[in-house]
Amino acid sequence: MTSSPQIPLPAPTRLSQPFWDACQRGQLLVQRCSDCDGLTFIPQPACKHCLSPRLEWTEVSGKGTVYSYTVVWRPQTPAFPVPYVVAIVDLDEGCQMMTNVVDCDPADVHVGMRVAAHFRRMSDEITLPYFRPER
Amino acid sequence: MVRHGASKHPLHDVAIVGAWNTRQALRLDEHTSESITLEAIRGVLDDAGMTPSDIDGISAASGSRGAGMSSGHLAYLMGIGPAWTGNAAGGGINAVLEAAQAIAAGECHTVLIAAGSAGVYTERASTAPWTRPGNEFVVCWGLFTAAEFALIARRHMHLYGTRPEHLATVAATIRNNGHINPDAVYTGRGPFTPADILESRMVTDPFHLLDCAMTSEGGCALVLTTAERAGNFKRPPAYILGGARDTFGPAYHFPPTWDLTGWVGREAARKSFSMAGIGPEDVDVCEFYDPFSFEIIRQFEAFGFCGEGEGGDFIMNGTIELGGRYPICTDGGLMSFSHGGATVQLVQRVITGVHQLWGQSGNRQVPDAKIVMCTNGGAGALFTHVLLLGKERP
Repeated sequence: MTSSPQIPLPAPTRLSQPFWDACQRGQLLVQRCSDCDGLTFIPQPACKHCLSPRLEWTEVSGKGTVYSYTVVWRPQTPAFPVPYVVAIVDLDEGCQMMTNVVDCDPADVHVGMRVAAHFRRMSDEITLPYFRPER
Repeated sequence: MVRHGASKHPLHDVAIVGAWNTRQALRLDEHTSESITLEAIRGVLDDAGMTPSDIDGISAASGSRGAGMSSGHLAYLMGIGPAWTGNAAGGGINAVLEAAQAIAAGECHTVLIAAGSAGVYTERASTAPWTRPGNEFVVCWGLFTAAEFALIARRHMHLYGTRPEHLATVAATIRNNGHINPDAVYTGRGPFTPADILESRMVTDPFHLLDCAMTSEGGCALVLTTAERAGNFKRPPAYILGGARDTFGPAYHFPPTWDLTGWVGREAARKSFSMAGIGPEDVDVCEFYDPFSFEIIRQFEAFGFCGEGEGGDFIMNGTIELGGRYPICTDGGLMSFSHGGATVQLVQRVITGVHQLWGQSGNRQVPDAKIVMCTNGGAGALFTHVLLLGKERP
């Protein structure tokens, strides 16, 4: 699939800006709790495991496994060329992330498939973390 | 039957005495959300034998994203102030339970719940506006409600071996109820076999077009009052036996993972059955929320009608058809009767449940229906609300 530049892009918040800045550098960040060591994604104002406010950004490998997926044939808006694969990926470090799986036949995507992050620059401000089959 | 010895619950003193749908259609070009909501209000008051002076509380589930009329606006327009007003976001069972609690607590005695939507969905190249999430970690991935629910269904199929044929059997059953319902938007469109469902075009795997709810327009209204006042009106009371609400998070924001939200509604059902002093085996009619075919299978499991992972086989062999043990969505549900906007269809699960208890469901009437289970929400949306209604005062 090729991503159209017209798709709606994220509007970063003060909380999420470091995540999107890192994507522009080709890094995937999640929050790590300084108290319980637990990981939190999507970005939150407190740890989802112990509610501590002491969160720090930490880089993860970007490798993971497809937890569930759906191949979309009727797009949300015409900006999304079909078919495209929406997936939830279990990152190896333990977080779950919503994404699109790209660079493969949608018919080959399956639960348990190994995937890796693949960054695509969409605008001056936004680079999106897609996933593709691990190589 | 309600078992004797069930502990008395405050909600048992509340009954539904008004339940009304306006005409439903794919489009109601002559209407706005305001006008169709008001038509529903006039309809329910007339049908129930009431005037605005009988009402002292109002809960308006605005059609969608600011369309429709607020509770306060309606209180002013109807001249019923000083009135209690509801704040239940999204309406439906949420609004019913909020109103019933206010009545049981003595804050008001008779509450009108109204919803209506028309002219909201105009950009037809995209999916309906209420299905398109806007937050930054969802918007760029082309998510919409059907895809969120598909992620749930896919995981269940992976874990338990649930098959597309199971999903298609649910969809065919619901659509066949709508086929014979003269008031359904898709009346006369069937009959459907599971094969027909599987042959419809794919929307978001595993959901074919006919596995999904429609989008339509319409209005509807309910009236709740005290058990004592219920005899003053034209329709017989439908008593509240129990009800509860489960939520795991905001809808369409976080990944809808089966591990988090797959059993949403289980606690709500347990609480509801406990309040009522009954179990799943006592339910005569299942007016479950049917945004997508898989949700019916999931709810039968979550509510304890069958074991975990057994829902696919449970719904086969006519179990959920009219004439079966647990008939579902007897009006044709969100797939065939109507999905009249962001919230109208939430209320309509309750309206159809009340009509079954009144014996007013025509050619889809479940003989001797005494207990109805109504639900809203679903795992893809991270919430499920449950309401149990009974013909006899508990």
